[in-house]
Amino acid sequence: MISRAAGKRPRFSLARFWAVVFKEFVQMRRDRLTFGMTIGIPLLQLILFGYAINVDPKHLAAAVLLADNGPQGRTLLYSIQNCSYLDLVRRVNSESEANQLLERGDVQFVINIPVNFTHDLLRGDRPSILLEADATDPAATSNAIGALRTLLNSALQNDLKGPFAFLAGAEGPVDLRVHARYNPEAITYYNIVPGLMGVVLQMTMTVITGLAITRELERGTMETLLAMPTRPIEVMTGKIIPYILLGYIQVILILSVAYFLFHVPIAGSLWLLFAVALIFIIATLAVGITFSTLAQNQLQAVQMGYFFFLPSILLSGFMFPFRGMPQWAQWVGEVLPLTHFLRIARGILIKGNGLRQIIPQLWPIVLFIVFAMTVAVKRYRRTLD
Amino acid sequence: MTDDFVIDVAAMTKQFDGHKVVDNVDLQVHAGEICGFLGPNGSGKTTFIRMLCGLLRPDAGSGTCLGYDVINESEAIKRNVGYMTQRFSLYEDLTISENLDFVARMYSVRDRRRAVRDSLDRLGLSQRSRQLAGELSGGWKQRLALAACLIHQPKLLLLDEPTAGVDPQARREFWDQIHELAGQGLTFLISTHYMDEAERCHRLAYILNGVLLAHGTTGEIISETKLTTWEARGPDLLEIAKKLRINEGVEQAVHFGNLLHVSGADSQALEKAIEPYRTGLHRWRQIAPGLEDVFIHLMKNSKEKTSQ
Repeated sequence: MISRAAGKRPRFSLARFWAVVFKEFVQMRRDRLTFGMTIGIPLLQLILFGYAINVDPKHLAAAVLLADNGPQGRTLLYSIQNCSYLDLVRRVNSESEANQLLERGDVQFVINIPVNFTHDLLRGDRPSILLEADATDPAATSNAIGALRTLLNSALQNDLKGPFAFLAGAEGPVDLRVHARYNPEAITYYNIVPGLMGVVLQMTMTVITGLAITRELERGTMETLLAMPTRPIEVMTGKIIPYILLGYIQVILILSVAYFLFHVPIAGSLWLLFAVALIFIIATLAVGITFSTLAQNQLQAVQMGYFFFLPSILLSGFMFPFRGMPQWAQWVGEVLPLTHFLRIARGILIKGNGLRQIIPQLWPIVLFIVFAMTVAVKRYRRTLD
Repeated sequence: MTDDFVIDVAAMTKQFDGHKVVDNVDLQVHAGEICGFLGPNGSGKTTFIRMLCGLLRPDAGSGTCLGYDVINESEAIKRNVGYMTQRFSLYEDLTISENLDFVARMYSVRDRRRAVRDSLDRLGLSQRSRQLAGELSGGWKQRLALAACLIHQPKLLLLDEPTAGVDPQARREFWDQIHELAGQGLTFLISTHYMDEAERCHRLAYILNGVLLAHGTTGEIISETKLTTWEARGPDLLEIAKKLRINEGVEQAVHFGNLLHVSGADSQALEKAIEPYRTGLHRWRQIAPGLEDVFIHLMKNSKEKTSQ
C-alpha cells in the first residue's frame, strides 16, 4: 500500500496551487516599485509611441536667404511660411550665416531664392531655387523636400495667369535643386551608428552603476563599508572610475566597427569626440548612482534604468526625428543627456563640427550632471538610519 | 577616573517610527574587559552596537567611546574600533587575502602587505588565502571576519553575535582567541545568545525591549536577582512540572535531561509549592540558579511590570 503510493506521482493539488498563487500576490504587493513599474512602463510606452513619435515630421526649422526683391520672390516666401512641413525661423542675409545655422543644427533647411528671381521667372528662364538640407537623418528630410516641390509650383500658379500662363509649363516655372549637405546618399546607418554609441553607453553605464551600490546594500557589505572611516565622495568616485574605463572600451569598439565595417565617415576630430564622451559617460554614471540611492535592491535599479532608457531612446532623436515631435516631447527630450550627445556625436562624425559648434549642446549635459550628483550625494546615507 | 572606561555612555536612546528600540541605556566597560551583551532577539542589542560605532545616530544620550564623543567624533571612533556584523558582510566574490587587503587599504594600515600576511598567519588562513570568501564554511567565514576587523589594530572590538551558526569546536577556539586578545589589552563588547559564552565573559549586560535590566559579573547578577532553584530527580517529572507551573510560588519549571529545575523569587512560597512532591520517590536538593534561569526570571518580571 505504502510502496504503491510512493511510486505514484503525487496528484495536482488545488490547495498547493492556491498556496503558491496567494504567496506570489502577497510578495507582489510588498514590492511596490516593481508593481508600479509594470504599470508605468507600458503607460509610458503608450504615451510616447502614441503622442510623441511622428515618422512624418512637420514644422522643420528652415531659414530663407532671399536675395530677390520682386513680387514673385515674396509670394514664394509667404507660401513657404504657410507650409506645414516647414517653420521659417530665420531670414539670413549671407551664405556664411546660412552655413553656420546648418552646421550647428539650428535649422534643417536653408532655402536660397537667388538674385533676379522674379526677373528670370518672368522671362521664362526657369530660375533655380537651391534647397540646402541637413540630411544627417534622411527620414527627417525626405517628406519635407517632396512637399516643397509641389508647393513651389502651386504657389506661383496664382501669379502666373493670363499672359504668363505659358510659364507654368509641363516642367513647372522654377527648378528646385536639392543639395543634401552631410550624408548626401541618404544612408540611414550614417545617422544610426553615431547615435548607437550614445544609446549603448547610456544603457550599460546607467544599469551597471545602479547595480554597483544596490549590490552592497543587498549583500550586507554596505554595513562594513559604512563602519569604515570613509567619506561618501571616496566611495562614489572610487566606484565610478572603473566604469569610465569600461565606457571608453565601448566607445572605441563602436567607433572601430562604425569605421571599418559600416564605413561611416569620420569628418571631425576623434579627440574631441573622446573628450565629450567623458562628459556624457559621467552624466550616465551620475544617473546610475542616483538610481542606486533610490532603489532598494538590484532588480529595482535595473527597472529604473529601463524607465529612464525608454524616453531617452524614443525622445532623443535616436529612433525618430526630434523635430517631428510635439513641443512638450521636445522639451522632455532637451532635458535628456542622450539628446545632446547624439547631436554632438553626429555633428562631429558626419558634419565635422568643432568645439565651437558643439558648445550649445555641451552645457545642458553639464547642468544635468550637477543636478543628478546633487540628488545622489544628498540621498547617499552615511549611516544606516 | 573615567580614564579606565573604554565605553562610557549614558541615556542612549534610539527610536524607529516612534518605537523605542534602545531606551535610556547606560553602559560602562573597562579596558581589557570582555563584556557579554545579552538579551532576546529584537531587544536592541544590534541597534546599541551600531550607535556606538557611528552607524546609527542616537536620538538622545551622551558619552564617550575610547575617549571620543559618541555623537560628534564618530569618524575617530570608526578608525579605532573593529566591528563584526551579525551577518557576514565581507565580499563573497573576493578571495580571503583580497578582502583583507581591501580592509587594510580602507583603514590606511601602514605596511599593508605585512599586516595582511601576519593576520593570515595568526588566524591560520594562509593555506586558504586564495579561496573566495563566498565558498567558506560558517566557521571559516567567522575567522575571516574577525581577522578583517583586527587588521587595523583596533583598541575596541564590537562583535554582534559572532558565533551564530558556528560549530562548538570552532566556537571554543574563537573564545580562546578572544581571551588571548583581551589579555593583550583589547576590550570587547560581544552580543550572544549562548549561556556558555555568557559565562566566559568578565561582565554581562542584559537588555530587554531596549531597557538595560542587569549589569555586572555572572555572580553579581545571579545573587542580585535572589532567585531560589530546586533540582528534582525521579519519575513522572513531566506531570509534576505541569502541576507546579500553575502554582503561585513557582516561576519556572524547566527540564534538564532527566532533571527538573524549579525556580521562584519567593523561597518560602517555592518550598511550600514543592512540599507535596517531596516524597521518597523524588530526590530534591537546592542548587545555585543558572544564568538562563536568571534571565528568564528577569524577562518574566519585566513582562508582568509592563502588563500591570
